[in-house]
Amino acid sequence: MASQTEDSIATLLGETSVLVPAGRSAERIADLSWWLFGSATLIWFVVLGLSVYAAYVRPGAHDVARVRLMIVGGGAVLPTILLGGVLAYSLWLMPQVKPPIPEGAVEIEVEGLRWWWRVRYASEEGGATEVANELALPVGRPAVLRLTSPDVIHSFWVPALAGKTDMIPGRETIIVLEPTRTGVFRGACAEYCGTSHALMNFAVLVLEPDAYEGWLARQGAPAQEPEGPLEARGAAVFREYGCGACHAIRGTQANGVVGPDLTHVGSRRTLGAGALPNTPEDYVDWIARTHEVKPDANMPPFGMLPDDDLAALAAYLDGLT
Amino acid sequence: MDERSDPIRNEDAPDELQARRETMFMIPAAPAIWAAHFLASYVTAAIWCAKIAGRDGSLEGARWLLAGYTGVALVAIAMIGVRGFRHHSYGDATAPHDFDTAADRHRFLGFSTFLLAALSFVAVIFVAMVVVFTETCR
Repeated sequence: MASQTEDSIATLLGETSVLVPAGRSAERIADLSWWLFGSATLIWFVVLGLSVYAAYVRPGAHDVARVRLMIVGGGAVLPTILLGGVLAYSLWLMPQVKPPIPEGAVEIEVEGLRWWWRVRYASEEGGATEVANELALPVGRPAVLRLTSPDVIHSFWVPALAGKTDMIPGRETIIVLEPTRTGVFRGACAEYCGTSHALMNFAVLVLEPDAYEGWLARQGAPAQEPEGPLEARGAAVFREYGCGACHAIRGTQANGVVGPDLTHVGSRRTLGAGALPNTPEDYVDWIARTHEVKPDANMPPFGMLPDDDLAALAAYLDGLT
Repeated sequence: MDERSDPIRNEDAPDELQARRETMFMIPAAPAIWAAHFLASYVTAAIWCAKIAGRDGSLEGARWLLAGYTGVALVAIAMIGVRGFRHHSYGDATAPHDFDTAADRHRFLGFSTFLLAALSFVAVIFVAMVVVFTETCR
């Protein structure tokens, strides 16, 4: 069961391969990887070929001058030239992997926290739309992500889109992403940051420009009203147990900033930054057994809630699409 | 064969080598220059970007300074390397120079110096290549 859940979470979070790039920087990195892999394979064959030659084809003593040439040439000069070439190629690629901030780029702030991601889209009216553990990008348009961390060093990595960029407390680092095809791509923290480091994932939705605008508008809208009596009961439970002290749901009185914004939590692909899929049962799991699902997470488990309340709360949150 | 009849072992150590106090400090000299060049390059670039050019500024001025450091470092390492090679080539013995004689000690110290100088020479070029391809502080 556990592995089935993990499989489904992996599917929900999206593509992860560095070798199947979906962004400009990742394409350059994949090129470099293939060159490195190709030249390493060639060197491997040459060394193995020479070993076979020396052991089987022409065993016995060899001409000393030629042997010395092989040792100095093949052991020192050639590797130096090859490494120099690889270094030059990767240094030449670096400015392309970290391009200057382009005009008209989408501006996004991303904060890495133990163990989730706070994402803010500045809106043209001056405010900001906050989401968590998920971000959307328009295909073919560069996006500038300003990365910060309030606690420890994290590292922002979406393998299919670009290389890693550290998020350092007290500093702002920048990464420019330019997706080249639509799809869902998995991002993760790439710098060990504590107990649940491995459960600090996010999904990047690369959308057509229209779909992106639609997504942003939906995420910027206030939460929808509870649809039925069960959801309304869930909203009341959310209020009564003080969930709003830590979580915000725009359009309600809940305006906490400690934990993730839950205004549209039902629309997200996973819960707890990739800890669980997003179904009503998963909400119950998350709320009642938080620390079993995600060890050391800041949120206290609410296992003492009556089952009815838990089910109502789950239905309410699941309905916040 | 009687050890004492080994022609290399019995090589006449000239008076100049017998009297000479060999120094080991030539061996780490070239790697020390490499380390100093590395440190100076990164400190210069860091100060340049933090205090002068700014986060997205041009690295131009710092690149010229680093070119200067690199020139000085390469010349110094080359001089050490040439000196090491001369010591290594003393007489007509070949490596590994592992006999307990004044002449072989002389050659061994020279050979180690030469090899480390060659490594340091390449390393300084590799360090300098960064600013050949990096034009800005970004």
